[in-house]
Amino acid sequence: MTSQVSSPTEQADEAVVGEQRKPGGAKDVRRLDRVIIRFAGDSGDGMQLTGDRFTSETASFGNDLSTLPNFPAEIRAPAGTLPGVSSFQLHFADHDILTPGDAPNVLVAMNPAALRANIGDLPRGAEIIVNTDEFTKRALQKVGYDADPLQDGSLAGYSLHPVPLTTLTVEALKEFGLSRKEAERSKNMFALGLLSWMYHRPTEGTERFLRSKFAKKPAIAEANVAAFRAGWNFGETTEDFAVSYEVAPAAAAFPVGTYRNISGNLALAYGLIAASRQAGLPLFLGSYPITPASDILHELSRHKNFRVRTFQAEDEIAGIGAALGAAFGGSLAVTTTSGPGVALKSETVGLAVSLELPLLIVDIQRGGPSTGLPTKTEQADLLQAMYGRNGEAPVPIVAPKTPADCFDAALEAARIALTYRTPVFLLSDGYLANGSEPWRIPEPAELPDLTVSFAAGPNHTLADGSEVFWPYKRDPETLARPWAIPGTPGLEHRIGGIEKQDGTGNISYDPDNHDFMVRTRQAKIDGITVPDVEVDDPDGARTLVLGWGSTYGPITAAVRRLRRAGERVAQAHLRHLNPFPANLGDVLKGYERVVVPEMNLGQLATLIRARYLVDARPHNQVNGMPFKAEQLAAALKEAIDD
Amino acid sequence: MTDIAGNTLLHLVPKATAQQTMKDFKTDQEVRWCPGCGDYAILAAVQSFMPELRLARENTVFVSGIGCSSRFPYYMNTYGMHSIHGRAPAIATGLAASRPDLSVWVVTGDGDALSIGGNHLIHALRRNVNLKILLFNNRIYGLTKGQYSPTSETGKVTKSTPMGSLDAPFNPVSLAIGAEASFVARTIDSDRKHLTETLRAAAAHPGTALIEIYQNCNIFNDGAFDALKDRRQADEALIRLEHGRPIRFGTDDGRGVVRDRHTGDLQVVDVTAENAADLVVHDAHHASPTTAFALSRLADPDTLHHTPIGVFRSVQRPVYDAQMSDQLDTAVQQHGKGDLAALLAGADTWTVVG
Repeated sequence: MTSQVSSPTEQADEAVVGEQRKPGGAKDVRRLDRVIIRFAGDSGDGMQLTGDRFTSETASFGNDLSTLPNFPAEIRAPAGTLPGVSSFQLHFADHDILTPGDAPNVLVAMNPAALRANIGDLPRGAEIIVNTDEFTKRALQKVGYDADPLQDGSLAGYSLHPVPLTTLTVEALKEFGLSRKEAERSKNMFALGLLSWMYHRPTEGTERFLRSKFAKKPAIAEANVAAFRAGWNFGETTEDFAVSYEVAPAAAAFPVGTYRNISGNLALAYGLIAASRQAGLPLFLGSYPITPASDILHELSRHKNFRVRTFQAEDEIAGIGAALGAAFGGSLAVTTTSGPGVALKSETVGLAVSLELPLLIVDIQRGGPSTGLPTKTEQADLLQAMYGRNGEAPVPIVAPKTPADCFDAALEAARIALTYRTPVFLLSDGYLANGSEPWRIPEPAELPDLTVSFAAGPNHTLADGSEVFWPYKRDPETLARPWAIPGTPGLEHRIGGIEKQDGTGNISYDPDNHDFMVRTRQAKIDGITVPDVEVDDPDGARTLVLGWGSTYGPITAAVRRLRRAGERVAQAHLRHLNPFPANLGDVLKGYERVVVPEMNLGQLATLIRARYLVDARPHNQVNGMPFKAEQLAAALKEAIDD
Repeated sequence: MTDIAGNTLLHLVPKATAQQTMKDFKTDQEVRWCPGCGDYAILAAVQSFMPELRLARENTVFVSGIGCSSRFPYYMNTYGMHSIHGRAPAIATGLAASRPDLSVWVVTGDGDALSIGGNHLIHALRRNVNLKILLFNNRIYGLTKGQYSPTSETGKVTKSTPMGSLDAPFNPVSLAIGAEASFVARTIDSDRKHLTETLRAAAAHPGTALIEIYQNCNIFNDGAFDALKDRRQADEALIRLEHGRPIRFGTDDGRGVVRDRHTGDLQVVDVTAENAADLVVHDAHHASPTTAFALSRLADPDTLHHTPIGVFRSVQRPVYDAQMSDQLDTAVQQHGKGDLAALLAGADTWTVVG
């Protein structure tokens, strides 16, 4: 999904169109405008790696793409079972696309469990490539197949390719002197080779990747390369695969520029490093490992040459505590976590509100409550971010809408934190974190200027004419207080969580002062300048679909479907959840109906209803997976017709 | 007096440009502890000691949690943060790790450090961050008006334990040694000279230094440490540890500490001509924490008899924040200074031309 551009053509998102045969060659080559492939196998089969490699090949080929990794929380769930199935779905196209796709055109099933767990998502006519070696009686029984589905005709409606992937891989690696078990491990590369042949993917990148990944074990590297090539050759020679497919680069979908594929967590980590550079402040991350946020900690830990300090704390509270300490010292301070971690950090977020120091709290939302669904996605921390603290403790909230947008959202969150001296929530989620898409790489010169100036001297004159420093004397425009960091002579001051006297910052229990300070802290957040929300409404619709965060892709795809079907529907997507854009109230009042699709039970809808007295209708899905465009379009159609 | 600021890490902290006095470290804030509180004595000792360090006042930071003792930063004319309950070591860790040019002090109490903040305390100690932690131990919750604390003696009758507390107490020195602390000391609020000497030793230590300060809460636990303060009793109760000296105490140094040959444990004996040569010689710098730990177990938790004060342990270990800085330098040496454009571009790109 290329959020950078709107597609001029609004091409079909649900059907494979434009099929044509290419003349010549031993085998037929057909041209497709888009394909959805799902790789599925055991948690230990290397499906995520296989998907990643196919994605890289596809990205470097120039297709637009969107991915959906889906895996269990267990590292190695029992082999061959339904809960142990790990899958990776990739949607790629010759045009601008928005989602990882609803239903796969191709399923690669490495065992019976993978077939059983995924068959329900496949439309009739889809291609299924199965590893027949794993279809033993015992393996079938383990997942409840009474009869072998490859034999009993139950897959008659599909285009089935039974391939003994394990046997072929072991055979291909005979000369490498590996044990059978070692050789079997390369079967995912055989499958990748086969699919790479089927879809004319470039192969150099994968071979280079394998040689670098196994640089210390050259024999294993060469075995994997050999398995990969054997898979490719198998496609080319076997009669079972009579046709291969081309999906042309999505040249029209991309503005001029240099691109790479990027996941949400990687984009977010890069956004933080970029923000640090643009602010001229060292980056400090205090964090405790938690799924699905840990990758940001891992990534930032690799970039110490950017003077990034990463601190793996003893717990979530220490993670944010250390970050707040670093913020006091003048760092661009960040803590990364998921919902359960936010709950633990709440008291420190409140302290940061009271201290009025810049701090980024990155919440990669996952299924809740409690431990919930650690590896699945959800948007149910919005109200926690908004209200989950004691006292009146307003915190700005920014939410990215696509994986690549996590980069820009990180910069925007940093802008607000640094300008207004406040903690800021950045609400990503598991879908954005692990999903990926092409990203036009920005030039550093394009990035926003986030320069801050620390307080350097007295800012107040007392009645007797003496010059003093008041830590809570505010900027009249932003209401931000001065950021005076230790090491600055003459500005020694004490701050704390007890209520402070306006201006001096001294402890104050005065009732009127407290009332004033509570209202002032709220006014500071309410007064944050955020861009107006844009409305996409080409036809003068009566129904507005309002979303936030990672639902952008599915909502936009659903809206396109509806418009192709002749429906009039308007779309708006929020990046700022607190404060809301200044024009939002007027936008909402311009429509008869407002529908709010969310991966929760209606949290944005609740905020909208309370704030604007608009009868916003929630449409909710909380199954750990992103919306499917087709289902969402059907639900929106009902709302339009209602 | 040697220049303490010349030690291995305080040299990173800028020096004061002019002579400082105790007055420079006082703020204009009214001190709001109860009259007679032991905290006053500690505050005075710290304020009068700080000029000796000759550090730039603006590069000194006091961080505290919640509790009576945690009001301390408001009274120190340095940078300061009065944070939330138990979290001061974590906050100070982030500050110290990101700013090697600061001298960072943590002020905490027995509830703040050992109950709600126990986790942060032990992890700060094991990491050996360059922090000086002053743990005011009054064996009671003062700010919440008199519940038992994690250092209260078992059976203590308080508002929350009318039939006596069931909890076995923590021994902060034992805990700190067990948590791999590189510097652990104990002192007493009323002994200004000993308190100042202990502060001096802690300030000179590179890494985390923990000082347990016995502090009297005259409202909710008055006289908790009288056994150590009363001139007559103290001779028998108090053991003053001095590095390199045989451990002796009592009237005319008539008592001493020897090692039990069978158990390896320490015991108190009357010193005689026969056993004088067997007295344990205090070695705070010994690599093994075994004897320091045994010393921390000598005192009777109820009567406080045989309570050692002074520096139990002071060993050199790599300091977390210095190592963190070193890793940044090493990364720059190995990979060059971070190049944002190169980072964003990565290895696999493609170009769309118009």
